[in-house]
This record gives sequence, structure tokens and C-alpha cells, in this order.
Amino acid sequence: MTAFLNQCFSGLAMGGIFAILALSLVMIFQATALLNFAQGEMAMASTYLAWQLIQHRVPYWLAFFLTVILSFAAGVLIERLIIRRFASAPVLTVVIVFIALVFIIDSVVGWIFGYQLQEFPSPFPDHNWFNNPLVSSHQSGILLVTLIVMAVVWAFFRFTTLGLAMRAAAQNPASSRLVGIKVGWMLALGWGLAAAIGSIAGMMAAPLVYLDPSMMSSLLLYGFAGAVLGGINNPWGAVLGGLIVGVSVNLVGAYLVGTQLQLAVALTMIIGVLLVRPSGLFGRTIVTRV
Amino acid sequence: MSVPAGIKPDIARLPRRMPGRAPAFAAALIIGLLLAFSASGYHLFQYAQVLIYMIALIGLNLLTGFNGSISLGHGAFFAIGGYGAAILMAHLSVPWWLTLPIMAGLCFIAGFGFGMPALRLEGLYLALATFALAITMPGILNYKRFDAFTGGTSGLQVDKPKVPLHLPINQDQFLFLCCLAAALVMLFIAQNLVSGRVGRAMVALRDHPVAAQTMGINSAMVKATCFGIAALYAGVAGALDAALVGFVAPDSYSVFLSLSLLVGMVVGGLGSLWGMLAGAIFIEFVPNLADSFSDMFGESAKALPWAVYGVFLIAILLLAPHGIAGALRRLVTSVRDMMAKASSRPATELPAISVGNQPAEPNHRTTQGS
Repeated sequence: MTAFLNQCFSGLAMGGIFAILALSLVMIFQATALLNFAQGEMAMASTYLAWQLIQHRVPYWLAFFLTVILSFAAGVLIERLIIRRFASAPVLTVVIVFIALVFIIDSVVGWIFGYQLQEFPSPFPDHNWFNNPLVSSHQSGILLVTLIVMAVVWAFFRFTTLGLAMRAAAQNPASSRLVGIKVGWMLALGWGLAAAIGSIAGMMAAPLVYLDPSMMSSLLLYGFAGAVLGGINNPWGAVLGGLIVGVSVNLVGAYLVGTQLQLAVALTMIIGVLLVRPSGLFGRTIVTRV
Repeated sequence: MSVPAGIKPDIARLPRRMPGRAPAFAAALIIGLLLAFSASGYHLFQYAQVLIYMIALIGLNLLTGFNGSISLGHGAFFAIGGYGAAILMAHLSVPWWLTLPIMAGLCFIAGFGFGMPALRLEGLYLALATFALAITMPGILNYKRFDAFTGGTSGLQVDKPKVPLHLPINQDQFLFLCCLAAALVMLFIAQNLVSGRVGRAMVALRDHPVAAQTMGINSAMVKATCFGIAALYAGVAGALDAALVGFVAPDSYSVFLSLSLLVGMVVGGLGSLWGMLAGAIFIEFVPNLADSFSDMFGESAKALPWAVYGVFLIAILLLAPHGIAGALRRLVTSVRDMMAKASSRPATELPAISVGNQPAEPNHRTTQGS
């Protein structure tokens, strides 16, 4: 029983990472109706940045927030410099641009930092909180961070004018433009937010999976699975989806198919959800006129 | 079959009756033979690899360029072809040439089976599903319970094909010529396919799915068949690759294989079958810049060609959306225009020429509304 609960909790912790990643995917999807295939590499680059800062003896949390801010800026830059040029391009073109970004980020990071595995510190203490036998402090820390990220994102969109403007720009660009919202900048901000949120996922994942330029590729797939399961246009659904994916992949991996096929579980989930219920568990169904 | 006015231009754009198809093939054959008897062994190996990539790219282009479906997981079928052929050769001692049709059939079935449900998804979601397939593939090849067949992480060694009938050529030349023959045959088949009924159905579905369905084209069937054919091409390429390299391992089929196939297709030119040769040359030789890069910037700069890939991709999308083939064609058209102007021929003929020569573009009308 303890082993089972252990599996559940470690799945939940991984699910927290997937949830944050899914949330960042949803940010971009909501703003631009695109799936960002480069999200994983962006998060990986951010994590390397944090690692570099920590190597230079910057205190962890300072490095953490610096990374979040710099990632935000990088996300905005990527949107302004590259993605913007393809705003009215066909889906295929945009997908290829994302793939190009994957190549560029991956190889530049590999060039600067090399391809060997690096250890990444966890900000949480070594011993389990309250001496509980089930959850390590990093695992519970991830869940805590997930909740905080959710709360901050929710508060941002609910209580700030900027959040309201971003929601408006995503929902009805034409009318938003008429009331004076700079829709283009809102999209860039969406990218910035996604990059910032993604960097948190990277920094939470790195102590578990070690730092390496390819660390995010499988995590991104789980993030996609979470986002699709919860509904790609619903942030809360995506978070819940990420948690569900974390637990179920971990349990199926531990008890049914072995850890090597965990990715195949995610693949099956993605295709299954897309076929049976394309809008996900909590997403809005969008009807388009032909 | 009557054609509604709305999709006529797109069908006119198809390379229907290629003038001068035989000369092109003859030229390719002659150049290939010249290469086979002049280049060194290692270079022949590289050229053979180019032809193998070309086969895979033609398949991918049938799917993306002509049918408008995005696949980020073409490498997975390449992997199935390679592993399947290696397993057949190593465990069942099937002769290598027999693995080609077997893997072609098997990959067609695999592609059809994956395509049938997945192609109900549109645009981005199909990209996502195939991306997931590409990421999952190495894990499946690594799977412990298949170790007896697949050799696990260390992969599987196979004997390279021997030169038959005491022909007076060495093994490298033999393999290169086999790849050349396979590439030309597969190209020929693809050209016939796109200029025929199936090809028109594919393009119609890409450009205007609703109209195509109204005309009685079975969308799911055509799309899944197209996916199957694309997988078939990848499977043949994979099987040839296994025979050429003599070795398969999960690492050779990472997600980057799928992505570089995508790069090759875009660089070569969407909707251009000969352009795939240019795309294949690109993905074979740009990584070879690796060595010169690492000489200049140190060991870890080995990765930089991927950055070159990325920058190239974005530049091509911005500057030459139809790839190398499209750029060449545009050059030819503009030269012809200039010559036409110089000889002051009636200008009315010009638009018709440029429309007819325009490569098929990847279409968005399917995805724009969603």
C-alpha cells in the first residue's frame, strides 16, 4: 500500500510539472491558436540559464526569479522577431517555424553548455517535510509551486487590466483593437508568459531528470497530453489534465507496462482523447463555419 | 468526372503530363553511373544515403505537399522499415532485396492503420499526434521485452549485401546502384500517382475538402491511403538504409530524424518530387559541416549544423516558400519572361505559363477556418 501511495505521489509531483508545462502551452494556444512545439526547448534553455546563475553563486530563489523574468523577455522577443512574420501563414509553415526554433535552441544550448548531464539543485530541504514517509520535499514542493503558479496566473487574468486586455485580445481581436488594445503586443505578452511559466516547469523538473539539452522532449509530450486531455483552450483543465497524466502514466508504467513504455501511454492518451473528445475533458467545443 | 469551376486552377497546377520526363530520368541514370565509377567508396556511401533520403522525402511530400497533411513522425516509419528489414535479415535470414517489398507492404499497413484514426485530426492536431509517435519510437525500439528481436539499446548488426553474379563492381558501387534504381523507380511511381486519379483526389482534398467530398471523394480513405503510401516510401527507405549501413540502433531513429526529413522536404520544395533530391542532398551534407564547425569553434560546436538547419528553414520559409525547386522554377520562369519580353511576344501568354509552372503550394484553406 505504501508503495502504491508512493507511486501516486511521485506521479502527482511529475504531474505538477506536466501541468505547468501544459499551462504554458495553453497560454500560447489561447493567444494564437497554435501548439508550440518549441515550448520544451525554450524551457530547457531557461533552465540552463538558471543553472548558470546558480553556478555563479547566485542564491537559488534569486536565480529562479531572474530566470523567470529573462525567460519572459526572451519569449516576447521570439514572438516579435520571428513568429510575428508568420502570423497569416498556413499551419504547416508555422509548425515548421517551431521545428526550426527547436533546432536552433537545442544546438545553441548544446554549443554553449555541452551535452553532458548536469545536476540541478532543488530548493527544497533534503528530508521529507513533517517526516512523512510518502512524499519527498521536492515532490511536495513541486505541487506547492504548481498551485502558486496557478493562483498567480488566475489572479493576473482575473484582477489586472492587462490580464483582461489579453483575454479580450485572444477572444475577439477585432473588437479589442477598436477599444484601443494593442493586440499584437498582447500576443507577444502571451508568448512571454508562456516562456516564463515554461521556465518554472524546467527548473522544477531538472532536479529529477538532470539537466541535458534533450531533457524536455519527453516532458513536452506529457505536457501536450495533459493540455489535450484537459482541453487545450482551458487553463484549469490543462492543469488538471497534467496532474491526471502524471499519476496515470506513473501507475501504468509501474504496474502494467514498465517505465520504458510510459511515452507510449502518453501517445495513446493524446490520440485517444483527440479521437473521442477532441475538445478534452473541460474544453469548449468550437464550431467553425465552412 | 466533371470539375467544379472553383478547383479547376489547382488541378491545372498539377504536373500532369510531364514533358521531358524520359530525358530527366536518362540524365539521372547517366550521372548516377558516372558517379558510381568515379567516386570513392565513402562518397558513394554518402550518395547512396542521399538517394535513400530522397525516397523517404518523396513519400513525405506526397503526404504533405500533395495531400496537405502534416507529419512530424515520418522517421517512425523509416525506423519500422529499418528494424523490420534488419530483423528479417538477422533472425530469419531473408535475402536483403526481399526485405524491400516486405517492408513496403508492412509499412503501408502500419501507415494506413495509424493514418485511419489520426487523419480525422486536422492540421495542428495531426502534427501533434505524429510528433508524439516520433518521440515515442526510440522507447518502443528499446523496450526490454523486444530485446530478443531488436537487440535493445545496442541495436542489431546485419551483413551487408554481397555483389551477386560475380559482377565486376565492388560492394559500395553495387549498393549505390541499387539505391539509384530504387530511387528512380519510386520517383517514377510517385509521378504517375500524382498525375493520376488518386493524385487529383489528394490535391482536391488538400485544396478544398468540402468540395472534394461533395464530388464523392472518400476523404478518410484517400487520406489514410496517402498516409500509408508515405509510410511505404519511408519503409523502403528505412530497409535500404539498414542494408546500406549494416546496422540499426534506436539512437539512429530519434525524433531528429523525423524533423530533419521535414526540413529536407521544405528545403527541397513542397509539391516538387525532383526537388526532393535537393532536399536529400541538404540533409545529408549539412551535418557534414559539423567537422569544419568543430574545428573552428571547438568540440561542442558539433551541434551547430542544427542551428544552421533552423536558420535555413526560417530563411527559406521567408524568402523561398517553395523551396529550392520553387526558386529554380521561378528563376526559369522569370528568365523565360524576360526572353519573351525581349522578343516582344504577346504578353497574354505569360500568365498562363507562370500559373502552369507554379509548384503546388501547401494549402491552408483546410486549416484557416479552424
